[in-house]
Amino acid sequence: MTEQEQDRITLSGRQDFKAIAAWVRPDSTVLDLGCGDGLLLRYLGQTRNARGYGVELADENVLTCVRNGVNVIQSDLERGLAGFDAGSFDCVILSQTLQAMRHTEEIVLEMLRVGREAIVSFPNFGRWDLRLQVALGRMPVSENLPYQWYNTPNVHLCTIADFESFCADHDIHVLERIVLHRGRAVGLLANFLGSLAVYRIEKRR
Amino acid sequence: MAPENITKPRSVGAVKPQIMHFSEPLQFRSGAVLDSYELTYETYGTLNAARSNAVLACHALNAAHHVAGYYADDPENIGWWDNMIGPDKPLDTEKFFVIGVNNVGGCFGSTGPKSVDPRTGKPYGSSFPVVTVEDWVNAQARLADRLGIDSFAAVMGGSLGAMQALQWTIGFPGRIRNSIAVAAAPRLSAQNIAFNEVARQAITTDPDFHGGDYYGHGVVPRRGLRLARMIGHITYLSDDAMMERFGRALRSGSINFHFDVDFEIESYLRHQGDKFSEYFDANTYLLITRALDYFDPAAAHGNDLSRALAVARARFLVISFTSDWRFSPARSHEIVKALLDNRLDVSYAEINAPHGHDAFLLDDPRYHALVRAYFDNIHAAL
Repeated sequence: MTEQEQDRITLSGRQDFKAIAAWVRPDSTVLDLGCGDGLLLRYLGQTRNARGYGVELADENVLTCVRNGVNVIQSDLERGLAGFDAGSFDCVILSQTLQAMRHTEEIVLEMLRVGREAIVSFPNFGRWDLRLQVALGRMPVSENLPYQWYNTPNVHLCTIADFESFCADHDIHVLERIVLHRGRAVGLLANFLGSLAVYRIEKRR
Repeated sequence: MAPENITKPRSVGAVKPQIMHFSEPLQFRSGAVLDSYELTYETYGTLNAARSNAVLACHALNAAHHVAGYYADDPENIGWWDNMIGPDKPLDTEKFFVIGVNNVGGCFGSTGPKSVDPRTGKPYGSSFPVVTVEDWVNAQARLADRLGIDSFAAVMGGSLGAMQALQWTIGFPGRIRNSIAVAAAPRLSAQNIAFNEVARQAITTDPDFHGGDYYGHGVVPRRGLRLARMIGHITYLSDDAMMERFGRALRSGSINFHFDVDFEIESYLRHQGDKFSEYFDANTYLLITRALDYFDPAAAHGNDLSRALAVARARFLVISFTSDWRFSPARSHEIVKALLDNRLDVSYAEINAPHGHDAFLLDDPRYHALVRAYFDNIHAAL
């Protein structure tokens, strides 16, 4: 695959793909939770030679994964990862799904049980434009959070600061963090300027 | 073109069974040997020049080689998986060369208990070897040899057919590229064996059974076979599906204070049993239920299915149905777990269908769309 083609996948896909791929070691085994259409797994297979499986609940997404030639296991993440042994994957990924989970705490701990490490990405609720909308008395709507309050699948939104305190409280070690806005890395004032946070984490042993 | 021709699924059309004779002895897992035997089979579609597009469709308990199409002299006799296999169907016979074969021990043309034993000039009857899934797959591999097929693009089956699709990946890992296991179990549970045992007891205690050698007496153990089918049929349907279809509906509108048919479900089961006992051989029923009981690839590997599948190289598609209580989704999870342990390519779908075990034979759009998408990718990789 040429660099151009890779970029096309990145752009047509999600802006965290590249950041995630950079952290996935070549030839590693990957479990992608809430894998959607499976394109992240295909991208990781093509760019990192990762051997991956997706986990997905929705029938139409399972079908799309099969169409895309991606391994997919139909299963409900809210019930945990009972079918997967501890430490059986190099990396477990949850890309922009954390905020839509009901059992948020459980799934992060499950990821760190099954994976030697985990990559989590989520929309940062701390970005200034969202704060402003709340300050003006409205539920925020943005590029990364395009839903209205009445039709949003997101039930557990958090800020970068919230997630980091969650990690500290749960003995989770942040290995790396990248904060993005429109696909570009944000350096300073990440919780104020970033719209998407991507973390590489592991359980403190 | 008339509108009905646009919407009506196309069929492979009129088909003819063929017979392949084998004079090389077939050694069974039990140690028994058949010196020679025949397999009855059908094929649909065309084998491509590279001989890479062959798919084997494996039958379950009460079906056979007639998988798709119909017979010119019997147009009502439609193949058991005709909704799955044909032109433009999920397994497209315009792209794939599909084989259906009646397994050894069967009663639809392949050598089985009702065939004449050349050594005695009489039907094998009780002397026919107890067959196993492994024996069937070995015989299927020989048929593949004869047809010039080194490696199957896919072997697929539902229920007992899924066990064959699984066994192919263990017995002939280099000769199968994809295994499609629908409504599967890696081995029977005690409850599954219990149902089989009741069915067998019904047959073997029928006074017309004659120890399995009823052919010479001019009778068949029809009552036993009928009961066996009725019991089996209950396990193929879900409680909900049965309630939905029959409920407590009464044949004559009221109960009659007798033990003949009152409820519609009784009438239905009796009808199924009667129909089945007309065409199925009781000894074959015994053999096939035993093959189900004995299938247990993990047994030789310390009951570790992951170790049993360590030799497998195929890609897998595993599909279960939520309402299947005979081989529940949990049984498919066992297979998926073992495949994951071996880092084999596998996709698994759990279809929310109300029909129970029989759902694998029905035309569920989500199920068929998955199989179609999977075969499209196999075809693209040919």
